[in-house]
Amino acid sequence: MIEDGKPIFVQIAERIEDDIVDGALPDGGQAPSTNEIAAFYRINPATAGKGVNRLVDDGILVKRRGIGMFVADGARERLLARRRASFVADFVAPLLSEADALGIGPDEVAALIRESRKDTTP
Amino acid sequence: MTAVIDTDRLSRRYGDVHAVDDVSISVAEHGIVGLLGRNGAGKTTLMQLLTGQDFPTGGTATVFGERPLENARVLSNVCFVKESQRYPDEFKGRHALKAASLCFPDWDAAFAAELVEEFRVPVDRPIKKMSRGQQSAVGVIVGLASRAPLTFFDEPYLGLDAVARQLFYDRLLADYAEHPRTVVLSTHLIDEVANLLEHVIVIDDGRIVIDEPADELRERGATVIGPAERVEAFVAGREVLHRERLGGTASATIAGRLTPEDRAAARADGLELAPVSLQQLVVRTTGGPALGTETDA
Repeated sequence: MIEDGKPIFVQIAERIEDDIVDGALPDGGQAPSTNEIAAFYRINPATAGKGVNRLVDDGILVKRRGIGMFVADGARERLLARRRASFVADFVAPLLSEADALGIGPDEVAALIRESRKDTTP
Repeated sequence: MTAVIDTDRLSRRYGDVHAVDDVSISVAEHGIVGLLGRNGAGKTTLMQLLTGQDFPTGGTATVFGERPLENARVLSNVCFVKESQRYPDEFKGRHALKAASLCFPDWDAAFAAELVEEFRVPVDRPIKKMSRGQQSAVGVIVGLASRAPLTFFDEPYLGLDAVARQLFYDRLLADYAEHPRTVVLSTHLIDEVANLLEHVIVIDDGRIVIDEPADELRERGATVIGPAERVEAFVAGREVLHRERLGGTASATIAGRLTPEDRAAARADGLELAPVSLQQLVVRTTGGPALGTETDA
């Protein structure tokens, strides 16, 4: 589950963000505790804590003393906005560069996207 | 944070052999530290110096702010689980646990009993007659249930199977979370423990070659794969730990950190970048194939 080449705390923060984005962790919902995260991923609790704190600093999670960590109001919207902003750099640019290498023009790429969209949506 | 272990140019020579050579390290309170290195690199000697079982020939070792040698204040807070711990001949498993309960002020008998069940240790059998794995399990139980503020595990799992080792890691993490302390884990099985470690110390030929937080180490190192001349151009001026060649394709493992710009440049150049695991990084840094099993991608 944990990959090489990237700090574990960053990966933990990203996993929690993923859960918030796909709705598994709704706004106001309680995030797992650092000890739960540590036991689940078999990582050091301090590393798990560092991942959680990164989201606290970011305003994605809020700490309620003595109770635990909760998803901040509007956290999902903010994460979605951020991911949309990086969508071009993360996904569209590599797609176009590969298409370019294969000699597939932008119009053809667009047509291919529409076509595969048809195949996957019922 | 307070340092639990502090050494200043610590050295131990046996004749011409520099088993521990000019080692200056500092280990902070509360954390799981990996002490890694090849056989004979000096791991055990270093731990013996830190637990007052050997005399330095140079430099100083300070543990909990004091010299460990014959110092009860220090040693009652330290548990050292050795690779092949010897026990008195007639000792049964429960004798070893009883002895440990008398030595360690924070001993948790209920936890020890739980671990005996989980590791299936026949505590009424003389330790001499136990299997290698059962003997190792006795050591692991002592190390965990002692809850010593500073615990050393020196290759604690000779003969322990994969299930028992996983059990050890899980119990260590869970108990550490509830009772934070300082744990030094010395092992060859780097891949197995990599995610548990907060800090990594690598010793080679008696000298410290890596002393870094695990998270920073994870960002270091990359293997660059592609057409040989482009790989060479990319790694020029960088520290290369390892090179391999297959026809016109080369792979080079570099030690440093790649910036996002470096990565983009490599991709634009048609080079493939693969991450380097902690084990690979240690193998490459200590320069030989004899350490553990390689997991080259």
